[in-house]
Amino acid sequence: MQWWEPHLVDGANNMENLVYLIVIALGLGGLGIFGLFWSIRSSQYSDMDGAANRILYDDEFDSTPKAGAE
Amino acid sequence: MSNPDCSHCGLPLGSLGEVIPGPTPDLNFCCPGCAAAHDLVAGLGLDQYYQRRVLDNDARRIKPDDSQDGLEFSLYVEEKEKSGHPQSTLSLVIDGFHCAACGWLIEQVLARDSRVTWGRVNMTTQRLNVTWTGPATLANDILAPIQTLGYRLFPFDVERVEAERLARETDLLKAMGVAGFAAANVMLLSVAIWAGYSQGMGPATRGLMHWISALIALPAVVYAGRSFFRSALTALAARRVNMDVPISLAVILTSAMSLFQVITGAEYAYFDSAVGLLFFLLIGRYLDSRARSRARSSAAHLLALTARPVTVIKTDGTTMSMRPEAVAHGMTVLTAAGERISVDGTVLQGASDIDQSLLTGETLPVAVTTGDPVYAGTLNVGQALQIQVTASSSETALAEIVRLLEQAEEGRARHVELAERISRLYAPVVHILGLATFVGWLLAGATWQTALLYSIAVLIITCPCALALAVPAVQVVAAGRLMRRGILLKSATALERLADVDAIAFDKTGTLTIGQPTLSGDYQTFDLQLAMNMAAASRHPLSRALVRAGAARGLVVDVTKAWTVEEIAGGGLQAMVDGETWKLGSQQFCAVSDQCLERAGTAENTGPQLWFCRLGLEPVCFRFEDELRTDADQVVGQLAGMGYYLSILSGDRTAAVKALATRLGLFDWLAELSPGDKYQWLTDKAAKGQKVLMVGDGLNDAPALAAAHVSLSPATAADISQAASDAVFQGDKLLPVQEVLTVAKRAQTIIWQNIGFAFVYNGICIPFAVAGMVTPLFAAAAMSISSIIVLTNSLRLGKIQ
Repeated sequence: MQWWEPHLVDGANNMENLVYLIVIALGLGGLGIFGLFWSIRSSQYSDMDGAANRILYDDEFDSTPKAGAE
Repeated sequence: MSNPDCSHCGLPLGSLGEVIPGPTPDLNFCCPGCAAAHDLVAGLGLDQYYQRRVLDNDARRIKPDDSQDGLEFSLYVEEKEKSGHPQSTLSLVIDGFHCAACGWLIEQVLARDSRVTWGRVNMTTQRLNVTWTGPATLANDILAPIQTLGYRLFPFDVERVEAERLARETDLLKAMGVAGFAAANVMLLSVAIWAGYSQGMGPATRGLMHWISALIALPAVVYAGRSFFRSALTALAARRVNMDVPISLAVILTSAMSLFQVITGAEYAYFDSAVGLLFFLLIGRYLDSRARSRARSSAAHLLALTARPVTVIKTDGTTMSMRPEAVAHGMTVLTAAGERISVDGTVLQGASDIDQSLLTGETLPVAVTTGDPVYAGTLNVGQALQIQVTASSSETALAEIVRLLEQAEEGRARHVELAERISRLYAPVVHILGLATFVGWLLAGATWQTALLYSIAVLIITCPCALALAVPAVQVVAAGRLMRRGILLKSATALERLADVDAIAFDKTGTLTIGQPTLSGDYQTFDLQLAMNMAAASRHPLSRALVRAGAARGLVVDVTKAWTVEEIAGGGLQAMVDGETWKLGSQQFCAVSDQCLERAGTAENTGPQLWFCRLGLEPVCFRFEDELRTDADQVVGQLAGMGYYLSILSGDRTAAVKALATRLGLFDWLAELSPGDKYQWLTDKAAKGQKVLMVGDGLNDAPALAAAHVSLSPATAADISQAASDAVFQGDKLLPVQEVLTVAKRAQTIIWQNIGFAFVYNGICIPFAVAGMVTPLFAAAAMSISSIIVLTNSLRLGKIQ
C-alpha cells in the first residue's frame, strides 16, 4: 500500500489523527486571531480608502513615512 | 492651445484674465501661483502626479492663494522631548483633497524634507499627521510647500472624546473577530458531533469534541460578550430591562447548561448556538458603530474648517493672531477676502459678499455691509471685513447646528427595531416554556435527565433562527436592489421606518431643484459673448452660470479681450472698455430705469437676474432660474397620489418658494426657515405622531434630516447631510424617492410574511417538543428547513417589478 492511498486503521489510530487535526485547526484559527489583533493594533483599519489606493502606487508609498531616517 | 484648462489647478484658462505659458507648449497656467506650484512638483520629480490624479469637481480646486497667510500653525503643535531632541507633532485637515494622488503628492513632498520623520495622509478622513524633529516654530516652514501646491491646511485637535470612541470601536472589532473564530471552530466540531449521532461516534470521541468546544467557546463568550453583559448589568442596576438582558441571559444560560452537560458526559451541548448568537449580534453592532462614526468624523471635519487662528485688531490698531476659542465677545476681527469667517458677529466696517451655502444651503452669495450680521462657517468672497464678535467657538450658529445634529441622532438611536420588539416578547416566552416543560415532566414523574432533554428540545425548536433571519434577509435583498438603482441605504432600520412614512417634507434648493442657477431664455449671441468675457473674471455663482451657458452655446471666453474687470461687492462687475464703463450686475448697481424694467417684463420674474449695461444701448437682462429636477413634477404628483402629505421646508426667500410650490401644486410650504426652525417643525410633527420623511441636501438641513422619522439626501448633498440621512440617492432625478418608498413597503410586507411563517412553524412544532415527541436532532433539521423557507421568500423581493 502506498502512503497516499487512504488506509483504514483501527479506532485508536483514527483518534490520534483527530487530535492532530484539531490542534492544527485551532493553531490556524489562532494565527488568524493573532493576525487580526496585530492588524488592528498597527491601525490598518483606520484608513480603509487609503489602503485601497496606496496599493496602486507600487512601492513608492512605502518609502514615505520613514524618509527622515534615510 | 492643446488643453483649455490650467495644467495645475484644472480651472479653465483665462478665467482670471491671464494665461502664463509653461516650459513646454502643452503646459499653461491660469496664475503665477499655479505656475510656481507646478515648478515645485516638477522640481521634486513628482510630475507623475498630474497623470495620476482624477480631479473631483466637488472638491475645492488646488489653486494656490494667500488666504492662509498669517496662519500660525505652531499654536497647535504638540511638542515632546525625545532622546534629548524636541519632537513636534501636528494633526491637520486638508482642504482641496481630490483623490489618492493628492495624498501621494503630499506625502512625497513631506518625505523630501529631512526634518520630517513621519508624514502620513489618512485618505478616509482627509487628515494629515506630521511629526518632525525640531521645535514647534518650524511648523509653518515645513508646511509651506504643501500650501504652495494649493492645499489649505487646518489644524485639528484630536479630541479625547474621539479617542474614546475609536477605542470602543476597536474593542468591538476585536470582540467580533474572537466571536467569529470561536463560532467557526465550534460549528465545525458540532457538525462532526451531529454527524456522529447517525454514524455511531463513541462517547469518548464525543466527549473530547465537547471538551474542546467548551475550551474554545467559554473564553470567547466571556471576551466577546463583555459589552452585552456590562450593558445588561447597568440596565438592571437602574431597574430597567434593555435588549442586552435577554441576550446575556440566553448566552450565559446556554453556556452554563452546556458546560454542565459536558461535565456530566451528556450527549448534547449547545456552545455553537451561544457563540453564533454573539457573533451575529456583534457584526450588527460593529456596522452600526461604523456608520455612526462617519457622521461624527464629518462633523469634526466641519468644525476644523473654522478652527483657524483669527486676526484680532487690538484697541491700539495693531493686529495679533489668536486661537478662535480665545476670541472674546466684543473684540474686533479682521476677515480677509476668500477667508472663511470663524466667529458670529456684526460687520463694523467694509462691504462684501458672503457665501452662506454651508449654513443655509442657498447658492447665491448675500451682500453685507456695516451693521449686518455674519456667521461662522460662511465664506467671505468679496472684500476684507472688520467684524465685531458676538459669539465665538462653541456658541456660534455653526456649532449649534452640529449640536442639534448630535442631539437628533441620539433620539433616533432610541427607535426600536421590529426584530427587537418581537424578540423582547419572544425571549421570555421561550425561556418560560422551556422551564415549564422541565418542571412539567418532572412532576409527571420523568427522570430529571429526560425532563432536561425535552426542555432542551423546546429551546432548540424555538431558537429564533427563522425569526432572526426574517428581517435581515429582507433588508439585504432590498438594499441590493436599491443599490442597483443608485440608492444607498445607510441605516439598518431605514426600510422599516420608510414603510411607516405618512408625510414627506422636501427642502427646495438642491433637492427639488438641481441647486445651480441656469441661464433661461434667449439672448443675442453678441451680448452673451461680451457679458461672458466680463463674467469670466468673477467667481460669483451667477457669473459662472453665465460662462457655463455661453460655453454650452459654443462660445469661448476671449482672453485677448480680458479687460480690467473690477468686482464691486454686493453690486456686480465693472469694466473700462475703450473709455466707456460697462456694467454687469444687479438692477440697482446698473441703475436700470423703471421703463427698462417694464420693457424687459421682468417684474414678475422671481429668479435671480443680471443686467448688462453699455452706454447708449438698451440694458440686457439675463435671467436665471434654479431648474427643477426633470421629473420633479411627475414624482411629486405620483407621491401625492400614493396618499402622502407633502410639504416644502426652505431657507430661501418667500417669493421663490411660493412660485415653486404653486408650480408643483403643493399648498403646504414654509419659507425663510432657519436650521433650528426646520428641526423644530419636524420634532413637532413627531410629537403629534406623524411620521415624516425628510428629503434635503444642505448643511442647514442636517439637524432636520436627523430629527425626521427617516431621511433621504441626494449624493450631491453636503457630507454632513449625507451622514445624517438614512439613505443617499444618485442622479439628477427625483424618482429614487418614489422607488425607495415602494421597495420599503414591499419589504415590510415580506418581513411580516416571514414573521408570520416563523410563528406558524413554532405553533406547530412547540406542542410536539413539549410533549417530548421531538429529538434534538430532528429539531435541528426542522429549524434549518424553516430558515431556508424564510430566505427563499425574502429573495422574491429582488425579482418583483
